Amino acid sequence: MEKFIRHSGIVAPVDRVNVDTDAIIPKQFLKRIERTGFGQFLFFEWRFLEDGVTPNPEFEMNKPRYKGSSILLARANFGCGSSREHAPWAIMDYGFKVIIAPSFADIFYNNCFKNGILPITLPEEQVDELFQRTAKHDGYQLHVDLENKVLRDDYGLEIRFDLDEHRRQFLLLGLDDIGLTLQHEDKIRAYEEAHKERLAYY
Amino acid sequence: MAKTMFEKIWDNHVIHQEEGKPSILYIDLHLVHEVTSPQAFEGLRLAGRKVRRPDLTFATMDHNVPTKDRFNIKDPISKQQVDTLTRNCQEFGIKLYDLNSIDQGVVHVMGPELGLTQPGKTIVCGDSHTSTHGAFGALAFGIGTSEVEHVLATQCLQQAKPKTMEVHIKGKRKPGISAKDIILGLIKKFGTAFATGYVIEYTGEAIRELSMEERMTVCNMSIEAGARAGMIAPDEKTFEYLRGREYAPKGEAFDRAVEEWKKLRTDEGAKFDARVEFDVSDLVPQVTWGTSPGMGCDITGVVPHPDDFPTETERKAAQKALEYMGLTPGTKMTDITINRVFIGSCTNGRIEDLRRAAAVAKGYKVHPNVEAIVVPGSGRVKLQAEKEGLDKIFIEAGFEWRDAGCSMCLAMNPDVLNPGDRCASTSNRNFEGRQGRGGRTHLVSPEMAAAAAIKGHFVDVRFWEFKDEAVTV
Repeated sequence: MEKFIRHSGIVAPVDRVNVDTDAIIPKQFLKRIERTGFGQFLFFEWRFLEDGVTPNPEFEMNKPRYKGSSILLARANFGCGSSREHAPWAIMDYGFKVIIAPSFADIFYNNCFKNGILPITLPEEQVDELFQRTAKHDGYQLHVDLENKVLRDDYGLEIRFDLDEHRRQFLLLGLDDIGLTLQHEDKIRAYEEAHKERLAYY
Repeated sequence: MAKTMFEKIWDNHVIHQEEGKPSILYIDLHLVHEVTSPQAFEGLRLAGRKVRRPDLTFATMDHNVPTKDRFNIKDPISKQQVDTLTRNCQEFGIKLYDLNSIDQGVVHVMGPELGLTQPGKTIVCGDSHTSTHGAFGALAFGIGTSEVEHVLATQCLQQAKPKTMEVHIKGKRKPGISAKDIILGLIKKFGTAFATGYVIEYTGEAIRELSMEERMTVCNMSIEAGARAGMIAPDEKTFEYLRGREYAPKGEAFDRAVEEWKKLRTDEGAKFDARVEFDVSDLVPQVTWGTSPGMGCDITGVVPHPDDFPTETERKAAQKALEYMGLTPGTKMTDITINRVFIGSCTNGRIEDLRRAAAVAKGYKVHPNVEAIVVPGSGRVKLQAEKEGLDKIFIEAGFEWRDAGCSMCLAMNPDVLNPGDRCASTSNRNFEGRQGRGGRTHLVSPEMAAAAAIKGHFVDVRFWEFKDEAVTV
């Protein structure tokens, strides 16, 4: 996986709580067998009108000022609902590298790291501040520094953030999960031997 | 040292742990379906890897399959996913319960039926309702496709150890109150994120009193409370359920296993990281009104007003939900008319659910404005239901009797709501568009769904006039 060390990008807001995985990627799009190409279906029901083709002018993220955005700003319990990894795939394929929210649903949060997306949890007041600044400044950008765990904007704002160290290293080093686990091959084999009877299906 | 059931199972499965890193857990059972596996198998193929334990991996097809004319999958992409699973299972040597098998069905219905789900096991599947299997005292949770690939390749999973929460359910439920009402009532009270970061253990007399299928209903919706997993300690009911099942231990091995399973229970004095209590003594049948499983209401109540909610965020969410659902605050729940009914899903698609629904439907006719379908959770459930004549009861009443699959729970197959349809559904999610774009979902128990199908609006099923004296709910 590619290393994630720092990232600068335009911020796009999604100002709703409990954005669930069905909203992020409706289930009719889970039928693909590849990992790619889900970006076009991101927030499908909100981004497009009834015909599924015409962009919805009312949806914040469709506004021209957010074109090319790569940092998603969201509200509490982002990504709740299903375990479908298609949700972060859609977010990633669309172009987002970072998601900032006051809280994330567990499985979704987990899935982000496996796909090189950095989810940042910040207190409500700081997220509020970012929503306000995003609305106020056309083309509002944030500069995210994962190495030093800090994000900055071009107007003097500096916010420190934190996350589990193992996950931070995972992104910084662009690690591969399966390779890491297989380093413990002998322990796995020893376990299988010791638990043979319990594991076997009759 | 006193341990919780979760800790015992966790400790019994850790292959490796290191400070500051997630633990590596061994996975005893990996259930696979067609939606979240294609990219996982593709990943294995690209890396030149095999499935490490095909003998611990079992697959079925459920999300995409039609529930009528099932061998004729019209949607080419659905067909591709199903065909891809068939090819992958063949290539990697995995047992697949496909449409030709009586054991095919919704993965969280057929797994336990086959005796694959057992106490003390770690069980994963690329589906969030994997929590269902926790009803057996297993540690079962949903995973994403990258993790599906990881388990296929290594039979292990990296997991940060979650916290533990005891959800103590006390009191005695009144007649007519189902397990679905218990879990809906719990989520209504505490919200859809109260258990985020926790594995729940459900305790209390009200839980002990539930049948295995009812326990599965409760554990199934743990994810809607934000929980990582939901578990219930095994007891005699669990052991009896498993006795004789295809993949359960047999003879002396079964007796030995039961002795081990008894030791799984949470020790006296063990500490949980959190605890909540929920009293079901006064619980009445539940109906969701909004677009999240926590937006629920007593059948005796009314649609809420946004002002009823304490925070600005909740008020805005309620307003949005009311608009989507086309509901007016103050409307009596019993005045809400419906035009679609879905009885089925991994939450309520088992034989006991169908019996309860049939008991309500017997002798009545589905309301002329309503289209109602009953979808058994598996081929075996369907067979059993037909043996008991439940299919005839439903068909006679005007319900459509279907083949097994996820069906209208999530509309990835032909069973879909049209925009504006209002559905009484025994499934687990009522998000916007879940059952079809513009479709309005109300989550209820099977008996409440059957009653609504007949009356054309929600009713309090506690006062239902059953037309067969021998029938009890």
